[in-house]
Amino acid sequence: MNALYLAYAYLRFHWARSLVLVVVAALILFVPVATQILLSTSQTALVARGETTPLLLGSRGSQLDLTMAALYFSDERPAPIAMQEVETLWDSGLAIPIPVHTAFSSGGFRIVGTTLDYFDFRDLDFSEGRGLSLLGDAVIGADVAQQLGKRVGDSLVSSPENLFDLDGVYPLEMPIVGVLAPTNTPDDQAIFVDIKTAWVIQGIGHGHEDVVTAADIATGTDALANAAVVQFQRITPENIESFHFHGSQNSFPATAVIVVPNDQRSGTILRGRYLDSENPSQLIEPAGVIQGLVDRIFRIKSLLDGVTAIIAIAAIAAVGLAVFLSYRLRAREIATAVKLGARRGMVLRLLAAETVTLLFLSGCIAAVGAALISRNAETWVGWLLSLGA
Amino acid sequence: MISVENVSFEYGEGGFRLHIPHLSLRERERLAIVGPSGSGKTTLLNLIAGILLPKSGRIDIDGTDVTGLSDAERRQFRASHIGFVFQDFALLDYLSARQNILYPYRITPALKLDADARSRAEALADACGIGDKLDRHPAALSQGEQQRVAICRALVTQPKLILSDEATGNLDPESKGRILDLLFQQAADVGATVLAVTHDHELLPRFERVIDFAQYREVAAA
Repeated sequence: MNALYLAYAYLRFHWARSLVLVVVAALILFVPVATQILLSTSQTALVARGETTPLLLGSRGSQLDLTMAALYFSDERPAPIAMQEVETLWDSGLAIPIPVHTAFSSGGFRIVGTTLDYFDFRDLDFSEGRGLSLLGDAVIGADVAQQLGKRVGDSLVSSPENLFDLDGVYPLEMPIVGVLAPTNTPDDQAIFVDIKTAWVIQGIGHGHEDVVTAADIATGTDALANAAVVQFQRITPENIESFHFHGSQNSFPATAVIVVPNDQRSGTILRGRYLDSENPSQLIEPAGVIQGLVDRIFRIKSLLDGVTAIIAIAAIAAVGLAVFLSYRLRAREIATAVKLGARRGMVLRLLAAETVTLLFLSGCIAAVGAALISRNAETWVGWLLSLGA
Repeated sequence: MISVENVSFEYGEGGFRLHIPHLSLRERERLAIVGPSGSGKTTLLNLIAGILLPKSGRIDIDGTDVTGLSDAERRQFRASHIGFVFQDFALLDYLSARQNILYPYRITPALKLDADARSRAEALADACGIGDKLDRHPAALSQGEQQRVAICRALVTQPKLILSDEATGNLDPESKGRILDLLFQQAADVGATVLAVTHDHELLPRFERVIDFAQYREVAAA
């Protein structure tokens, strides 16, 4: 206890030096642990999303782009697949196909056109409002609601995709009818609409009494359609009947189709049907694609581990030197203690108590930091992963 | 009280050599040792304290042959029987005056820090005129005050022997006499013998006896 008392008194008196040593030692302990927690959580989150999506159908091309676009709603734009493929899957009776169309965005968040099966498949709950029921309805993820400050009753306007779009494809105003409970997955960062609504945004479907002009907004009165003043489309109970689609729905696009086979045998049969490399569509297992990505990340991580180890050794050596120099500075005190009759182990005990106290404080700080990281890892990883989307 | 008989000591082969045929101190005696630098005055204090071991001879303190004790026993004996006062005070900058006085209790199991020790420290500090400065660190004390703290530290364990190594060497002429008188007075209160090394001949009349250490150097030279 006396050694600890003296160590504490010394550290407190030289608080600036102690603080630097404690912070440096805490960082040496904290950084590798925090990195490990975040990477491990990232791996879990990435792989979990892949593993909960049995099969994915899309145009032949980069499997990673297809997976990232369909599962993580990233900015990748794989070539769209025709809705005919969805019908073919329904007709096979082997699986439930869930189309996702992720070509548009609003307020920096991806608009995901899909069907109601998606909400059941991902087991999504509502914290507010209801699900999609009408053309134009939007259900937003928890992060979208928080970051845009939106709730049920507000509306969103899709971002114009092309400034020079001469087809007259105007942004669509969508009423928010539901807010999803947080899931710490990319679903928190998405705006869900019916896939038909996505087609309306794309200009495939449209109404004929639907234009809202600047004058309408300013005065509340109707005006004739004029492309020069049109702000956005709005689907209302009055004009919803006038919305229609030109052409066959089978040719309409989807970014990908999530395929949920009835059983393992059905999945195997379906995979066999898409093995032909001449087939313009491909059926992939997202889990395998994600695992490949994770393996690549972790190969890079092993390199980072090496760099971290070298930096840690250098930092430990620096701390060791600081402690050693501190001991040298205290040589006079040690000589005094010996003259006054300090027992043989006392000097070592005194110095060890100081080192242990420093390490204990550093360890506590690192442990608190690690606990904080661990507690919020899923949220932060979800946010980090969404940055790359 | 102290008896040094036929003690020889040398630092390595052919280096400094010291031989003391006989030296004794009575209980409560105040003895000054003077002599030129390098004559072995501090070495004698270290031999008596058991910090150094003589090559031959016997050092007896209050009935205990210090040279016959093991290292651990000598440390314990030193902590419980001897008080040290140094020229540079040897106070610890990170401890308050109070904790500096109690420092011996923190470094050895031979002494037990209890309420008596704490109240003794306060009483000593009051007697030395630093009772109101016990919570200050050494940097906030004058040289004289620092030496008073060092005297309190030497006396708080109620030692039988005070070894003073140039205790007034760093003080101004006015403070020297006062501090030495204080040391004598406090040592007398606890019944301690004082063996002091000094260069200051003005202070010698305050001692009961003075030994010129040059005689032992001559013996060594012979």
